Amino acid sequence: MFVFEFMRNAFLASTFIAITCGLVGVFVVGRNLSFLSHTLSEIGFAGAAFGVFAGLSPLNGMLLFTGASSLIVGGLSSQRSRREASISAVSSLFIGLGILFLSLSNKNASYATNILFGSIVGISVAEVKQLVLLSVVVIAALLVVYRQLVLDSFDATGAVSQSIHRKSLSMFFLILLALSVSIGAQIVGSLLVFILLTLPAASAQYIGRSVPQMLVAALSFSLLGVWFGLYLGYVTNWPVTFFIATIEVIFYLAALVYDRRGTK
Amino acid sequence: MTTEPILDIQKLVVRFPDKTVLKDIDWTIQKGDMVSLIGVNGAGKTTLIRAILRQLRPTSGQIVTHPKQIEYGYVPQFRNVDPDYPLSIKSFVGLTRLKHRLPFYLPKEHQALVRVLKRTNLVQIQNSRLGKASGGEKQRAYLAQALINEPDLLILDESTASLDVQAKNELMQLVRHLNETEALTVIFITHDFELAKQYTKKFAFLHDGALDTGAIEDLTDDFLMKHV
Repeated sequence: MFVFEFMRNAFLASTFIAITCGLVGVFVVGRNLSFLSHTLSEIGFAGAAFGVFAGLSPLNGMLLFTGASSLIVGGLSSQRSRREASISAVSSLFIGLGILFLSLSNKNASYATNILFGSIVGISVAEVKQLVLLSVVVIAALLVVYRQLVLDSFDATGAVSQSIHRKSLSMFFLILLALSVSIGAQIVGSLLVFILLTLPAASAQYIGRSVPQMLVAALSFSLLGVWFGLYLGYVTNWPVTFFIATIEVIFYLAALVYDRRGTK
Repeated sequence: MTTEPILDIQKLVVRFPDKTVLKDIDWTIQKGDMVSLIGVNGAGKTTLIRAILRQLRPTSGQIVTHPKQIEYGYVPQFRNVDPDYPLSIKSFVGLTRLKHRLPFYLPKEHQALVRVLKRTNLVQIQNSRLGKASGGEKQRAYLAQALINEPDLLILDESTASLDVQAKNELMQLVRHLNETEALTVIFITHDFELAKQYTKKFAFLHDGALDTGAIEDLTDDFLMKHV
């Protein structure tokens, strides 16, 4: 299947997407941000619709909307207790805008379907380059704040007594999350990008006992998911997103069983 | 034991818009002291500790340390570690190593981690999940995390509150051992007068924004009757 350029592009792009989402996901799960990543996926849809309406690429539209909404959510809610309500408010607004922009841009329903459910096999070389660049930026940024982020994500109480700028760190991570959502949406679509951001990391929590172990496990689950998903999509002509979602759910259930079988 | 001060609090006042929490507090802690900080809920213990940890700017007065920069180890009062918490005890203890930015531990950081696990009797269970540990084991892990950066001053904030009698005594024996063998300076915040009398040498009693200090023998029932 690698004789086709579109499949080579798809594999390259999805490999970087899987690495980024797998790594970022460990912190998403550690910081209890699964709900936000789900919401950012929906906001990504609005951003893509805006991109189409404004003559930008869907990816740039997504980056704009997810980035802006991350900052708004971060600004509205430094406390976890208030975050969910803020997320709901922000997501309502952005999804409404998405529907408006899609309607104004006169695009047909299949275009909306592509945004929502992904269209990785249609990705161009230029788009692949942009995705790889964004992935490298996100991974490099994660490395820069790694230790502080690990502490703040896995022991927020302990982080309070350390000299960490927790608010800035939180905002910084929200931006990285927004970037990851926009990147990931290119493969599984904006509706299901949270699969890659939450499921591999949630599975990894049952396998790993240190953050590096969880990162390796999450990375493996997300890479295997997208690679097999792409392969099965190619062979069967069924949607890639369906296979990725199914594989990640299987990994999650297997990890759950592994954890329940007396690992202590 | 030396009589060199490590912490010198002078005329400390902390005033919030609706209330003056600390009124003209003077308090000197010597190196190697093991002091109980006692007071009823709302007496201002947490405010005082936050001021010591530089998390809160006093309204007036000053807090001087010797040397100028000291390393604090703080074991917070509340920590939400649910049974599904994924990290092992060893990984949890290492979380506060923030001096370097590298995503992996340097050999000397790894050695420090091994050392602190030994000092807190956690070697046997270092690879167990913290979420599955008992209350006493969790508190020892919190203590180890506070000790990993070799603090000059250790502050335990109600660390024994949720423990059964045996676990309380085990934790306090460990802290006393560290205090006696390593001359670690300890502030132990507690409501438990008996535990304070049993394990610490001095007390600081906070009431109505004022602080009374003395040797632990002076924390008599008469004294408590007068103030509580």
